Formats: sequence, structure tokens, C-alpha cells
Amino acid sequence: MVLRGALPRVARRAPDDSTRVAGATAVNILQQLRLGFRSLMLHKLRSALAVLGILIGVTAVIWLVAMGEGVSWQAQQQIKDLGATSIIVRSIKPSEGSSREAGGRMGIAYGLLREDFDRIVANVPTLQRAVPMREISREVRRGEQFIDAQLIGCTPDYFTMNRLAMARGRPLSELDMESYANVAVLAYRAAEKLFPIEDPLGRTVQVGQEFYRVVGIAADRNAAAAIGGSLDARQYDRDVYVPLSTFRSRIGDRVFTMRAGSTQLETVELSQITAVVEEMRDVDSSAGVIKSLLERYHKTVDYAVVVPKELLEQAETMRAMFNVLLVLIAGISLLVGGIGIMNIMLATVTERTREIGIRRALGATRGEIVQQFLWETVVLSGTGGLLGVAFGFLCGPTVTALRQGIQTLLPEVWSALPPNIRNLEPRLAPWSVIAAFAISVGVGIIFGIYPARRAAAMDPIEALRHE
Amino acid sequence: MSDDRRLRDDGRTGLPSATRERRVVARVEKVTKVYRLGGHDVRALDGVSIDFLEGDFVAIMGSSGSGKSTLLNLLGCLDRPTTGRYVLAGEDVASMDDETLSRIRGRYLGFIFQSYNLIQQLSVVENIEVPLSYQRPPLPGGRERCLKLAALVGLGGRLGHRPTELSGGQQQRVAIARALVNNPQVILADEPTGNLDSATSHEIMDLLDALNHAGRTIVMVTHEDDIAARARRVIRLRDGRIDTVSENRPLAPAAEVPALP
Repeated sequence: MVLRGALPRVARRAPDDSTRVAGATAVNILQQLRLGFRSLMLHKLRSALAVLGILIGVTAVIWLVAMGEGVSWQAQQQIKDLGATSIIVRSIKPSEGSSREAGGRMGIAYGLLREDFDRIVANVPTLQRAVPMREISREVRRGEQFIDAQLIGCTPDYFTMNRLAMARGRPLSELDMESYANVAVLAYRAAEKLFPIEDPLGRTVQVGQEFYRVVGIAADRNAAAAIGGSLDARQYDRDVYVPLSTFRSRIGDRVFTMRAGSTQLETVELSQITAVVEEMRDVDSSAGVIKSLLERYHKTVDYAVVVPKELLEQAETMRAMFNVLLVLIAGISLLVGGIGIMNIMLATVTERTREIGIRRALGATRGEIVQQFLWETVVLSGTGGLLGVAFGFLCGPTVTALRQGIQTLLPEVWSALPPNIRNLEPRLAPWSVIAAFAISVGVGIIFGIYPARRAAAMDPIEALRHE
Repeated sequence: MSDDRRLRDDGRTGLPSATRERRVVARVEKVTKVYRLGGHDVRALDGVSIDFLEGDFVAIMGSSGSGKSTLLNLLGCLDRPTTGRYVLAGEDVASMDDETLSRIRGRYLGFIFQSYNLIQQLSVVENIEVPLSYQRPPLPGGRERCLKLAALVGLGGRLGHRPTELSGGQQQRVAIARALVNNPQVILADEPTGNLDSATSHEIMDLLDALNHAGRTIVMVTHEDDIAARARRVIRLRDGRIDTVSENRPLAPAAEVPALP
């Protein structure tokens, strides 16, 4: 046996060159990752199961947060639709006990007065505009067709304030107000129900004995947040809008209502006043002024002041709490994944005792052994994390597919679902993606430390003897 | 590098023997090693002193329990003596901490084991590369050097193979290439032919011979007489002490040592 070729010569250590060392570090990390991957490929199924544990955890974090964000975004949109700079005052029927005092033969009178409206306009300095509104439930007819509509007497401002766009025709105008015109704007769905075939524009609808000419159809609009003590979200799809002046002259303030078999007379001047201020920062002080005005002139609390900004803040708090809860749940699944990783790494370290001995003999320090095994756990958890993120991005499409599936295969289940669920659009939160990935890698490192330290603590002589 | 040059210079100046000029690469001085086993102190080494000269080829023999494995572990900086000094390449390593010992192993020593001890998930060339990843600062020209060494031990065509795809002899050649990659001062071989048939054993010994002729210092533990006969010196241990030291042939004069390329 002769040496084939000359023994290659190594120049003894070159002087320390910091740029080369930095470059070597990047290469070194890549090498470590590759080495880690190769070692894990020794036991493909085992490694895959460990990766799966982390994958599920990361996907759970992203999905749960996306769902939570979707729900709270919906709620926030509804609140925002009320207007962040608005203060809504609504008439509320007082409780039975107090209403008796105002009752008697004339029935009960409660709620906001036109004087209140004037007082708000006169006394709130930062007011941009105030919009009065009166509403009752009424049957609205068109020939054979009829709907239980929400008849709303309002000013033209009501449309701009609620951002009610017109699908066709025009909104109510000042001229309609001044001339007490018998005109109406129909909500999109109301128009669909009343006029299944005909074009509603220019035709009339009947409310009680009165006829109203349809001048416009409002565009379809999502529900707004619940206000004024009612639990239901404010729906716009049964609305029929008429001028407030017309409402007052044709229907008046006094309304008979049927309740529990007995007829009751109620006198209400305005159902709602919406005060809009210029700036967000004026909302709280203006709301204070309005509240004190109402307190002074109303003996009983027959009104409610709703500040959407406050609702928004509450919703923000709710969202934060919700997210904490979701992250906690998802965190537990990541923890379980981490324990899985630790389990596998402990088995790996035992199996590779001899390799550890070899590496120690060939010059590896304890620190380098720790590093090697930590890199392996990082590869495991990082792979799980990356795949988890990939699956996380599938959240939106999956929900859409699920929704379509239920809609077509189980229509009765679909219609039974609450609208919040039906309309749920998961919203992927970028922070959750970053956090989930970072946590997964962190979990890998934390749960990898113990097995890695155990590997490094081995006596090289013993490790080399290990079978 | 300077040592290599000195060897060549000595050759040109025609000194009668290079022996006196040869550097001591490893010196063991009155080394004892005491283990505690089942409540009793076991004296595995009891005052051993040996010098290993540069370019030497030493076989350590002895029955089991004679202390030869303990001595090799100490020489390999895998263990520390209980008392005594061990100077390797001018550094007293007897009192070094674990991390420094690791660095010393990586810098000055090459290991060849009885059962080859290759890392299963790595290819031939990657196995040869392993010691390079523990060099601080890193040695230049790493991969290229590994390829040359693989060719040197006759495995240039099997760089991508895994250890399980190689015969025992081939695996031991990979191990030898790995032991050379850090340009060590001393190569320590623990029963390098223990798992091989006699034909393959002699091939491996031919390779070690060639390395020794090229100037490498080799210390080998063996219990086979015909293998020990290939070494220049044979040290027999008994009960932790040096029993006999015999010289098979004189250390080649420096002039006959082929210069390292």
C-alpha cells in the first residue's frame, strides 16, 4: 500500500480575519441546519410526528386569532357604521311602575321631545349636526304584497349620516320635508318584497290609509351594532323612509300599540336624535352636555345615550381579552408540541451517544454538542412552524369552502346559524403569524435545551464505548 | 511548518542521525491514574514515563487490565492523569479544563478506532470533514483538503457513499483520512485492525506505514504481535507499569524522511 499522491498540506492557522469569520458564521448556520436536517432524516416518521405537533399548534394559533379577529372586526364595523363621532340618544319606554304615573286615559307619554332636539342644537357647541328620527312598526302594502316594515320618519341628513347609499332614485329632500310630501324611500329588501315584478320607482305603497310614492331605493346595507337596549343588531333591510314632517302630519305622535291583547296609547315625539360632533375628542364632553340637558328636563329616565366610541373601546377591550384567551389555548397546544419534541430529542440523544463520543474525541466542546442538538430541535420546530404558517394561510379559503359546503349540502343547518357565524370572515393577523412562528422556534429551543445538555454532559470515553 | 523545514535542512547538512534532532511531540512524566471502583482504588497507571518523538511509530501492548487503554485515553486528552505531567506539543495538558482539552484534541490529535466510528448519516467526504468543523479559528481550504485525503486513502471514487455502503477496510480508510484532516501532531490508533481480516489488516498497516514514512507520529494500541511488529518501537505494559520497551528498527535518519509536500 502506497500513499496515492502527496499528503496535502495545511497552512497553519491564518491570522484572525473578522470578515471571514462573519462570513463563515452564515455558512456555518446553513451547515448546521443541513446537518440537523440530515440527522432528523434518520428517523423520518418520528421526526414527522414531532413536526406535526408543532404544526398543529402554530396553525391553531393563527386560525383561532384569525377567527377572533374576524368576529371582532365585524362588531367594530357595525359600531363604526354608527359613526365614531356621533352620540345617539334614543327614547326608551320606562318600566311599568313609572309609566303608570304618566298614564291614565291618555295612555303614556315618554321619550325625546322636539324641544330636546332644539335644546341640543342650541347648547352643544361642538355640534356638527343633529338628526332627529321617529320610527314605528307598520304594515306596508303594495297590492297583495305586504311587509312588516319599520316606518322611519327622518330628515335628508339621516341618509348621509347613516351612509345609506341609493341603489336607484333619490333620497328624501328638503323640499319633501317642507311640502309634507307623501313620498317614500324603500330599503333594498323591502322593495324586493313589495315589488317582485314591477319597477317600484314612481309607484305607490300603502301605510294604513295613506299612499306614498316611491322616489328611491336604498342600497343593501349590513346591519349596524345594537343600540338603545335592544339586543338585535340594527337591521336596515325592512326600512321604509318618509319625511319626518309627513310622518308627523299623517301619523302623529300618538300611536296605538297592541300589547298582550290590550290596546295602549303611546305618545312619543322623537324616537332618536343623533348628534354628530366635529372631532373624536369632542365626543365625551358633548355626550356629557347632552346627558345633563336631558337629566334636567326629564323626570324619568325615558331615554338612553349611546356613544359608539365607547362601544368601540369596549369592543377593543373585548377583542384583547378574547385574543389573550385564544393565544392561551393555542399556547397549550404548542406546549404539548414542545413536550413531543423533547421526548424525541431525548430518544435521539440516547441513540446517538456514540456519535457524541466521536465528535467529542474529534475536538467538539460541550458547547458545540449543545449547539448541534439545539440546531436539530430548531430544525424540527422551525419546520413545524413554517408548515403551520402555510396551513395558517389556508384559514380563509377553508372557511369559505366550509361555508359553501354547508350552504349547498345542509341548507337547513345554514339558515339556523346565527348571522354572525354565517357572515364570519376570518381575518389573518400578521402579528399572530409572526408570533406563532417565533413561539414555535422558542418552544423548540426551550424544550431542546435539556436533551442537548444531557448529550453534552456525557463522558467522551463512556460515550465511545456505548453500543 | 518550521519543524518540517528543519527536517529537510538537517538532511541537507548531512548530520549522522536525525534522532537527536527530533522533537519530542508528546512527553508522559510519572503519570498515575487511579480509578475508584466499588469502593476500592484501582491503580490503572502507576508512574509511567515515555517520550514520543516526532515521526515515531509506537505500538503499546499488554494484556487486558495492563493500563494500555487508560494510557491511550490520557494520550488522547480524553482523560486527565491523577498525578504526573503530560506535555503535548509543548503544552501541559494534565491540568486543562474540559473545553481546552477539546480544543487540544481538535488541534493536535487524530483518532483511529477499532470499530471505525464513522457517523452513519454522513457521507465519506462529510465524515472526513467532521474535525474541521471544530477548528477555532477554522482551517483554510477545508473541502478541498478532504477530497485530497479521500483520494490519498484510495476512496476518491466513493465520496458520496454512506459508511454502511463500505467494507470494514474502506471504513477504516475513511477514519484514517479523517484522522489526518486537521494535520495532527500525533495519530492515536486504538486496535486499528481489530475488526478486520488479516489481508485487510495489512493493507491498513501499509497505509499507516506510509503515513509514518511521510513523517507522521503514530501511537497504536494492539494486542496482535504481527501488527505490533510493524511499529518501530513496542512498549509492553503490565499492571500499569512499563514492562519492556523494544525497538524493531532505528528511527529513520532525517535525510531519509520524505519531506512533507
